[in-house]
Amino acid sequence: MNNITGELLRTVAGIDGPIQGAYNIREDGQCTGRQSTEHIRIESKITEPGIDIYISSQAQGETVYIPACVSHSGVDDLVYNDFHVAEGADVVIIAGCGVHSDGQEEARHNGIHRFFLEKEAHVLYQEKHIGTGGGSGARRIDPVTDIYLAEGAVLEMDTIQLSGVDASDRKTSATLSSRARFVVRERLLTDGKETAATDFTVALDGEDSGVDLISRSVAKGHSRQSYRSTIIGNHRCTGHSECDAILSEEGSVVALPALEANHPDAQLIHEAAIGKIAGEQLLKLRTLGLTEQQAEERIIAGFLK
Amino acid sequence: MLKLQHLAWDLPDGEEIIKDIDLTIPDGKLIVVTGPNGGGKTSLAKLIAGIETPSSGRIIFDGHDITDCDITQRARLGIAYAFQQPVRFKGITVRDLLELAACAPLSEEALCHLLGNVGLCADEYIDREMNASLSGGEIKRIEIATVLARNARLSIFDEPEAGIDLWSFSRLVDTFEELRKTHGGTLLIISHQERILSIADAIVVVADGRVRQAGPRQEILPTLLSDALSTRCPRSQNTGGNIHE
Repeated sequence: MNNITGELLRTVAGIDGPIQGAYNIREDGQCTGRQSTEHIRIESKITEPGIDIYISSQAQGETVYIPACVSHSGVDDLVYNDFHVAEGADVVIIAGCGVHSDGQEEARHNGIHRFFLEKEAHVLYQEKHIGTGGGSGARRIDPVTDIYLAEGAVLEMDTIQLSGVDASDRKTSATLSSRARFVVRERLLTDGKETAATDFTVALDGEDSGVDLISRSVAKGHSRQSYRSTIIGNHRCTGHSECDAILSEEGSVVALPALEANHPDAQLIHEAAIGKIAGEQLLKLRTLGLTEQQAEERIIAGFLK
Repeated sequence: MLKLQHLAWDLPDGEEIIKDIDLTIPDGKLIVVTGPNGGGKTSLAKLIAGIETPSSGRIIFDGHDITDCDITQRARLGIAYAFQQPVRFKGITVRDLLELAACAPLSEEALCHLLGNVGLCADEYIDREMNASLSGGEIKRIEIATVLARNARLSIFDEPEAGIDLWSFSRLVDTFEELRKTHGGTLLIISHQERILSIADAIVVVADGRVRQAGPRQEILPTLLSDALSTRCPRSQNTGGNIHE
């Protein structure tokens, strides 16, 4: 593992030294480290690049790390990772992706993840994206996530992308059975000429299933963002989509939340708010002694916390 | 000491909001500014805090001309301001805001003391975000607590009673009284409440952009309670005011 990868791993997955528990580390399209545990088994796929992660029902409170890093330009990494989470398992999955560009060619990671959560399983999935390096080649991260939640299963997805990724295109789809819940907390900061697109499609197929999508983003410089969400209520269910975006300088944001209710007891809500930092917020913090710039930074830091 | 010298503020369309106000406010006193709605009380407070810029006149604070100082500079010089209609923040907790106000990390005990002064229990509030999950009254009380946390030389409270329930208001009045005894700074409170007027060292009546009356409570309050204001034309006087210690 090279130094750039080491730094990226520290940033995206908090890895700094030996890892306790199961892990698979991917560097420039290759596996550079793997460990299975008694309850979490990681195996290479045979027909395509990637891994299968099998999490048994006995896995309770365990953490599995599956970060991926691209450490130089000219790498286009495509990986398929499937998570098979058995009934009643309760785990934390720390993913994350760092892309470093030091040349003129593009550096890209495209992770295609599928989650199969069996009955009453619970997963907290944490994912952090970052781009580094001074190369002119674009740093791209294009995650695709497909989620299948069985009865009573819960997936909490916490994603964050705060700097250096020139372009990202996130596509997430989820299908929920009865009483299943899908919770997303997305935080996104773009600057310069970066672009970021997010697209969620959630089908609430089961009775009393629910989804809560919350996206908070800041578009600075000349960056552009788009947030699309489609919640489809096919049964008695609850769905909520919220996109809050702060514009700074010449940043722009498109928010397109869509709802489709195909059942009389589907309760679906969407909210979207886009605008500059409220002047009153800046005034309040300035009356506490902060400069305007400090106030803006503090508001953004809190917003994206 | 705060001195306002021929202070005036006009809107861009020329409407005069504050008209040639002369006022001296001594240190260490509890001063209540009162008067009819729309008379210029909040505008006057915002001019002092630097939120608005006067069209003419000077503002002298502790011997320094702060007329050209911005909000941040005035805050750092020791002027604190509690907004009449506080703002909410997503992602900033009550603790965050109080620590920003205090410019230092605060112990649980200190947080408990600050929030207790406005009738809130720290255990229930310090980790809550300053967002829409808090009621208007709760946000208002936290706003007041941020000014208490500043421990400023001049603390301005714009209608602290607005939106606060009776019990919390009663606690707040006690807090202002305690502060008057223990805090060396000046408290400038915009209020219509008789209970707050009754604890003032001095009262300033502002109407139609001018200081109509200013003086010791014992002198001013009886005239207010006699309802004299409601029967007199607010444009009739401009006394200016020097509040003597």
